[in-house]
Amino acid sequence: MQYISQILFTLILIAGIGYFASNVKKLFRNISLGKDLDISDNKPQRWKNMAKIALGQSKMVVRPIAGFLHIIVYVGFIIINIEVLEIVIDGVFGTHRIGLQVLNASVYGFLIGSFEVLALLVLVAVIAFWIRRNVIKIKRFLSAEMTGWPKSDGNIILYFEVVLMCLFLVMNATDTTFQNLGSGNVISQFIAPLFDGMSEGSLHMIERTAWWIHIIGILVFLNYLYFSKHLHILLAFPNTYYGKLRPKGQFLNNEAVTKEVKLMMDPSADPFAAPAEDAPVPEKFGASDVTDLSWVQLLNAYTCTECGRCTSECPANITGKKLSPRKIMMDTRDRLVEVGKNIDANKGTFVPDGKQLLGDYISNEELWACTSCNACVEACPVSIDPLSIIMDMRQYLVMEQSAAPSDLNNMMGNIENNGAPWPFNQQDRLNWANES
Amino acid sequence: MSNEINVPTMASLFAEGKQPEVLFWVGCAGSFDDRAKKITKAFVKILNKANVNFAVLGTEESCTGDPAKRSGNEFLFQMQAVTNIEVLNAYDVKKVVTACPHCFNTLKNEYPSLGGSYEVVHHTQFLKQLLEEGRITMEGGKFKGKRITFHDPCYLGRANDVYEAPRELIRKLDAELVEMKSCKTRGLCCGAGGAQMFKEPEKGAKDINIERTEQALETQPDIIAAGCPFCNTMMTDGVKNKEKEASIAVMDIAELIASADDL
Ligand code: SF4
Ligand code: SF4
Repeated sequence: MQYISQILFTLILIAGIGYFASNVKKLFRNISLGKDLDISDNKPQRWKNMAKIALGQSKMVVRPIAGFLHIIVYVGFIIINIEVLEIVIDGVFGTHRIGLQVLNASVYGFLIGSFEVLALLVLVAVIAFWIRRNVIKIKRFLSAEMTGWPKSDGNIILYFEVVLMCLFLVMNATDTTFQNLGSGNVISQFIAPLFDGMSEGSLHMIERTAWWIHIIGILVFLNYLYFSKHLHILLAFPNTYYGKLRPKGQFLNNEAVTKEVKLMMDPSADPFAAPAEDAPVPEKFGASDVTDLSWVQLLNAYTCTECGRCTSECPANITGKKLSPRKIMMDTRDRLVEVGKNIDANKGTFVPDGKQLLGDYISNEELWACTSCNACVEACPVSIDPLSIIMDMRQYLVMEQSAAPSDLNNMMGNIENNGAPWPFNQQDRLNWANES
Repeated sequence: MSNEINVPTMASLFAEGKQPEVLFWVGCAGSFDDRAKKITKAFVKILNKANVNFAVLGTEESCTGDPAKRSGNEFLFQMQAVTNIEVLNAYDVKKVVTACPHCFNTLKNEYPSLGGSYEVVHHTQFLKQLLEEGRITMEGGKFKGKRITFHDPCYLGRANDVYEAPRELIRKLDAELVEMKSCKTRGLCCGAGGAQMFKEPEKGAKDINIERTEQALETQPDIIAAGCPFCNTMMTDGVKNKEKEASIAVMDIAELIASADDL
């Protein structure tokens, strides 16, 4: 009997981790659909950012209440997961509370005691989060893009946490050996009386059931990540590492354009020269679909937690425009997932589906509402840059489609002809010095 | 108030075989916009008073290309950049000061990879430096006790992390610096950036400059200080919209300093 449960456990574990691994592989594949971008510079600063922003949650506390609650859940989540290690060993080797055999009882008690306290804190924080989302109805959780799946996703994660924490506490409360130890049952000792009067056998049944559901729940949760905004608990680390280090105002110069400009400015270049044999196919300027974006922008999309901090600081969104930087990130992810599924369904190659990010997901109206103010970039707790996607898409609209609003076309015409965005003559540029 | 200003051009200095300490990049707004021209002149008056050896490019200056780049016209931007860089490099320019955060950002951050590397400072940084070096002195008398709120230009603040230079200058005026609820890293845009200045806003509930002006008015200021010609226009329009132009002035930091000194 014991062996059967060990084998069953191991099989479930392998299945859970295996399915997760196969999805992680897809994740990597999808991210690498993005264009190459060399980010090997300044490693020390990058490690520092990761330590500060992802590990240290420095951006979260800009909003103190949510930041504080989030830190509890985050710390609790990481630390309580140490307990999973024990569960896995017990499950595979058929031991019971292996920790007690290798550790001193008081050390073990201290560990489990801390987990119990954290579990309670996490429960409280998660309930507060649920209330913020569903009862207080904080504005940034109510935007148009936060209906349907994204809304349920936010709540499902909270339910998961509640169930997992309760199972952990019940599992401890019904473990008579553990309760009799009298050390570490800081919280569970108050739950144990609920089960008073039950027979040894039923207690054991409850304890085993809680233990099994707990570990299966964790495996299900692990596999839920791939489909959820909760992927950020893993991707926040690489994403903050690869986050933008340049001044926020510095947008990359498009190198393909630089080549053309240099050629035009170079008087010795022969404009009629035949293109060199190995000249690459002229690139498309800017981005109209996810594959035109860089892999970092795609990593950004998978990392987005849909918290809406960006959108709630966006001047366009605040004043009722259609633009929402969070939606830009969510659209990018949704489209990337769609492209990935297309590739899976067609044996590894993308078969055009007549859709693209521009138009089918993100409208011109949204793109033109952006003031490039960087408020969204500053607000994001995991170093996402929605602005760079907006700018790349504008580049496509203007350079490939000449689809700028007519006012902007006039402005650009002026710059081209007189070197100023208004129709003034360049020769009059110093007139101000003589006007009184 | 004197109207005499001395504005040497790079070409004239070059002809005399001279090199200025700093190039003043005036920018399109500073050159052509009626409101911004006043800022340009105020800044020049301070430079003259402090005997700063500067020059402008005059008719050789052209748009940095910022609005083109932010509109998505990378080609036009780079054409402008390369043309300007040729001029700047021909004069062997080392240091540039500008009163426009958009020019500041573009020259400082986006020109180097195209072949134009200079030390670029915003005029508030430059003025702060002049003050520290004792080349200008600031009398607070005129603004003593006045409530001044500073609107962070996106391309100076968030884009380049310059928050303190303008604030220190305001404090030096003996004025009471009052902060809006969104300021510094969380400052709200005036609505002009990203080439919005040159187009109608998309449809929405409100114009961005009105939202920002409301935040400014909450601080009950005597003066709204700005450090960008476009913010200045946006905030001036906002104040007019709220019919407060009689009691609240929108002024550039350079104008505050020049006026404190009766320049
Ligand atoms: S940069 Fe654009 S999208 Fe981001 S906050 Fe500013 S206006 Fe909104
Ligand atoms: S981009 Fe950043 S700030 Fe915006 S919703 Fe995603 S995680 Fe939150």
